[in-house]
Amino acid sequence: MSQTRFDKVLIANRGEIACRVMRTARRLGIASVAVYSDADAHALHVREADESVRIGPAAARDSYLDMDAVLEAAHRTGAGAIHPGYGFLSENAAFVEACARTGVTFIGPPAAAISAMGDKSAAKARMQHAGVPLVPGYHGDDQSDEVLKAEADKIGYPVLLKASAGGGGKGMRVVESAAGFQAALDGCRRESQAAFGDQRMLIEKYLTRPRHVEVQVFCDTHDNGVYLFERDCSVQRRHQKVLEEAPAPGMTAELRQAMGEAAVRAAKEIGYVGAGTVEFLLDFSQGHDGSFYFMEMNTRLQVEHPVTEMITGQDLVEWQLRVAMGEPLPCTQEELTITGHSFEARLYAEDPEQDFLPATGTLERFALDLEGAGLDPTRVRLDSGVESGDVVSMHYDPMLAKLIVHGDDRAQALATLNRALAALDVRGVVTNRNFLQRLASHPAFQAAEVDTRFIDHHQEVLFAAHEYRTEDYAAAALVALDQLGRERESASPWDRHDGFRLNAVHRIRVALCDPAHAQNEDDSPAIVTVEGHRESDQDPWKLRIGDKTLSAELQRLTGDAVAITLDGHRRRIQARLVRHRESNIIVLADAHGETRLFWRRLDAVDHGHHEAESTLTAPMHGTVVALLVEAGNPVEKGMPLMVMEAMKMEHTLTAPTDGHVANFHFQAGDTVGQGDVLLEFAADE
Amino acid sequence: MSILQTQINPRSEGFQANDAAMRAEVGKLRELTAAIAQGGGEKARTRHESRGKLFVRDRIDHLLDEGSPFLELSALAAHEVYDSPVPAAGIVTGIGRVSGVECVIVANDATVKGGTYHPLTVKKHLRAQEIARKNRLPCIYLVDSGGAHLPSQDEVFPDRDHFGRIFYNQATLSAEGIPQIAVVMGSCTAGGAYVPAMADESIIVKQQGTIFLGGPPLVKAATGESISAEDLGGADVHARISGVADHYADNDAHALQLARRAVSRLNWHKRGRLAMREPRAPRLDPNELYGIVGTDLKKPYDVREVIGRIVDDSDFDEFKRYYGDTLVTGFAHLHGYPVGIVANNGVLFSESALKGAHFIELCAQRGIPLLFLQNITGFMVGSKYEHEGIAKHGAKLVTAVACAKVPKFTVLIGGSFGAGNYGMCGRAYDPNLLFMWPNARISVMGGEQAANVLAQVKREQYEREGREWSAEEEEAFKRPTRDAYEHQGHPYYASARLWDDGVIDPLQTRDVLGLALAAAMNAEIEETRFGVFRM
Repeated sequence: MSQTRFDKVLIANRGEIACRVMRTARRLGIASVAVYSDADAHALHVREADESVRIGPAAARDSYLDMDAVLEAAHRTGAGAIHPGYGFLSENAAFVEACARTGVTFIGPPAAAISAMGDKSAAKARMQHAGVPLVPGYHGDDQSDEVLKAEADKIGYPVLLKASAGGGGKGMRVVESAAGFQAALDGCRRESQAAFGDQRMLIEKYLTRPRHVEVQVFCDTHDNGVYLFERDCSVQRRHQKVLEEAPAPGMTAELRQAMGEAAVRAAKEIGYVGAGTVEFLLDFSQGHDGSFYFMEMNTRLQVEHPVTEMITGQDLVEWQLRVAMGEPLPCTQEELTITGHSFEARLYAEDPEQDFLPATGTLERFALDLEGAGLDPTRVRLDSGVESGDVVSMHYDPMLAKLIVHGDDRAQALATLNRALAALDVRGVVTNRNFLQRLASHPAFQAAEVDTRFIDHHQEVLFAAHEYRTEDYAAAALVALDQLGRERESASPWDRHDGFRLNAVHRIRVALCDPAHAQNEDDSPAIVTVEGHRESDQDPWKLRIGDKTLSAELQRLTGDAVAITLDGHRRRIQARLVRHRESNIIVLADAHGETRLFWRRLDAVDHGHHEAESTLTAPMHGTVVALLVEAGNPVEKGMPLMVMEAMKMEHTLTAPTDGHVANFHFQAGDTVGQGDVLLEFAADE
Repeated sequence: MSILQTQINPRSEGFQANDAAMRAEVGKLRELTAAIAQGGGEKARTRHESRGKLFVRDRIDHLLDEGSPFLELSALAAHEVYDSPVPAAGIVTGIGRVSGVECVIVANDATVKGGTYHPLTVKKHLRAQEIARKNRLPCIYLVDSGGAHLPSQDEVFPDRDHFGRIFYNQATLSAEGIPQIAVVMGSCTAGGAYVPAMADESIIVKQQGTIFLGGPPLVKAATGESISAEDLGGADVHARISGVADHYADNDAHALQLARRAVSRLNWHKRGRLAMREPRAPRLDPNELYGIVGTDLKKPYDVREVIGRIVDDSDFDEFKRYYGDTLVTGFAHLHGYPVGIVANNGVLFSESALKGAHFIELCAQRGIPLLFLQNITGFMVGSKYEHEGIAKHGAKLVTAVACAKVPKFTVLIGGSFGAGNYGMCGRAYDPNLLFMWPNARISVMGGEQAANVLAQVKREQYEREGREWSAEEEEAFKRPTRDAYEHQGHPYYASARLWDDGVIDPLQTRDVLGLALAAAMNAEIEETRFGVFRM
């Protein structure tokens, strides 16, 4: 690779990582060039760049994955280097070679290093050679049933069968005992053949309580290599990281050093240059014996690199840029130290209630209210690819932003994370924000009892329906009453929403319910009516909830922060009123989690609407997979009518009531946009 | 700026006694109001709600802009008038804000005698329409009524201000451009059918609302046709076949949303124009009103102590302060609206009457609303006063009050006796709204005076006949008159008969008047033309 200095860098990526790279480039006086697809023409990374170039239509393969288009953009703008970010072209050896051919610096490792780690079986063989510990397993070329079975028996069950060419969980199975081996092998081969056109399998020991701990390494072109300690990324959902932290809980100095040195050995073995991550499994199934096994090496900057930056005080993108210019590493191993603890939470546009179905829409608001939450801005970092008003499309990874916090120790950092999550206001698009907070406030997570199956083990708690307390209703009612008081548009006493009644105390009723029951009938038991009384505007409210009466007051603080006083107990929380069309959702958030209540305004215009039920609209962009009923045939409420697919997830539309489909507007295979009317439904009288 | 100063001592015994007495009266008023708000009682209400219908006051809550005030009118109507209770006369009326527009709401309470119209129900309904006309307020009728109370037909059907006047008003209000919206949430039988039929726009609730001139029993008797109420005049009939209703609602809540939508389409704008100020709370503590006023009409106090606790910033710019000082006149603002205040501070003399007439002329010329605070025993009597022509001076005040076309509001804060009632804009002088405090009394003269006058006549008769009349006999003669006057002069008695628009807590006076002023600004302030002032 060339190692000339450059004063302009093209970022061949989008979203938060593109913005993040630009920030460091700008600080170092390096101009930044963004590339964008049609879907991203108005995206944040385009707005923040000094220059930007369109590289194709929305589909990634025609834009962000189009090497020629990216290189052409670099030439047009005179960018001397390309930062690939993560994903897209970041681990594509052919692209690295293409950069070299056209004289553009690729900010990353040489093509050979990428190739060396690309084939997982070959990589393991080389790691074994370098003395990096591997999970006991078989990576051999002999793929006969007999040999594979014998190897599995030798390793000892449970074992993991994995496609050599695999990734993303396809062609991968856990085999609990010898009896199930052959069936699992056949299944894996089938899947692997279908997904990758390759049937080769590898076998590994399956660790029952493994932790995912990875080491950040960095190498320059002067044969220096250091490790910037470890990150624990054990909390994963279907192999997708959700929460990451550094340093890893329970890590000892000896183990850290052993893992770090093994990681540097791994990097040097393949002639690595730049930022890389060596992933290990730490096995705690036999107690804290500290065995660690090489899993794979990611030859790029990781999504979760900020937690390392937080504890080391280094800017890894700056390191990348300097190394790419041929400079030596900014620090030696001895100069690197760990200060405090850091967490990162990944905010995805997805709905945990609907099996993490990716969500799309317009972000009506996207803000982190640090001041209101009383958070130290030097301890909280939001790496975001979006701003209020941005559109979240179906085309790319649904990650919107990363919330990164720092604390003196793990407990402090975790408390900050919870408060920062509470202060994050995202409206218009469903996110996993609340799920993150449930994870981060889970006692087992707080106690650092983590492993890669954490979410599966604790799903009952993580996905439990929210239980509302009297205090929740009281706080939400206060927010509603406060809102009414602030809706005043004129000085007219009629415009005073204070519930004035003649010869009686002021009275306002607030009807609240779980948002899931927002469309229920008015007399549904899910609806809790809070009746507020007070003598005058100066007095606290008396709230009657069921058979309880509380004295309640709300005081607005800065930002979204309010102080709620119930019967003399004052609490500071974040309160937001999220309005979407005619509905009002009151969101109450504190460090323990979030409560959402739907406020059924008596004067809402579409209260008890009816016409809307006669059509079903697409919840997001996608493709129609199948029509499940015949138009005209009677169906019962809840029966599936149509399946659509979006972001590789299936979504089933069901009958809203008893009736029949009058007309389908699309056929299987058709592409539909969010909000498109999919079918007309006729309800039975 | 002329900020009123207070002279009162809240720690004095008199103040404390007054406060306790008034507090007790207000407590009784609140209790009574709360009881009346229960309508026809638990059982009737449960039955009503079990049919999927909302209780009348819940309907009003759904109709109003959430949390906005409701200025209920004549809640005490029919209180202790009929043999059995008819709470609120079976009809809730008031002014409330719907889709940002102040409207008069007239809502039958079907839990009270099926929502049938007693004589006072009719009177209350007509009064609401009169208020709508005077203040130019759109009308929303929430209809759920069995029609006229048949046993009282001679008191509800034939006369000018009886049942038929409701529809006359609908037609003429509509003609004046005052919208008429009806929501049929129960029966509208016979005459009642005309409420939705006469409305500009009507809404009917599925399987609840029915409209027909003759119900199924009458149809059966008249023609032999057997038909259900729903098939005869239900929502489907009127929304799909007859066109008597314009909008079809699935339930009460939906119907009320449709009514809100109907109001939002009125293209409504207020016509009254006043030079407003930023509203300010009074500087003097309104909570001291009870202790100042008390309940004993014989105890005098300076009415400025009351004014200072009602008007913005306690700022009262007095007119003719040192002339005719038993009548206090001056300019102030109330919730930002300018008002001219005329308030009694003793018996009326010729000068006070002249001063009042002059001040009313000023307000009429300037288009400033008038507020009368009545606490009046009457005009001064005696030869000196008759000779100086107190009758013609009083007549000038009455002429001014009668003719002034600016919005007028009257609050009876104490006594309202004799011609004082006329000069201070009593009911007969058409104030936009008239309210009473619970300590007020209203009659042609005080009970004691009336008893004395009658006793004097009696004594003269005895003397002519040469009969003795002992002090005990005289006392026994006077008591029934005194008692009758006390009973009939009581605010509840007055309010039950619609001599006012409601009895109010003195502490709410400022807010009530603010709401009333704001509502009155829907109408244009007309030019005044006075009659002949006898000079």
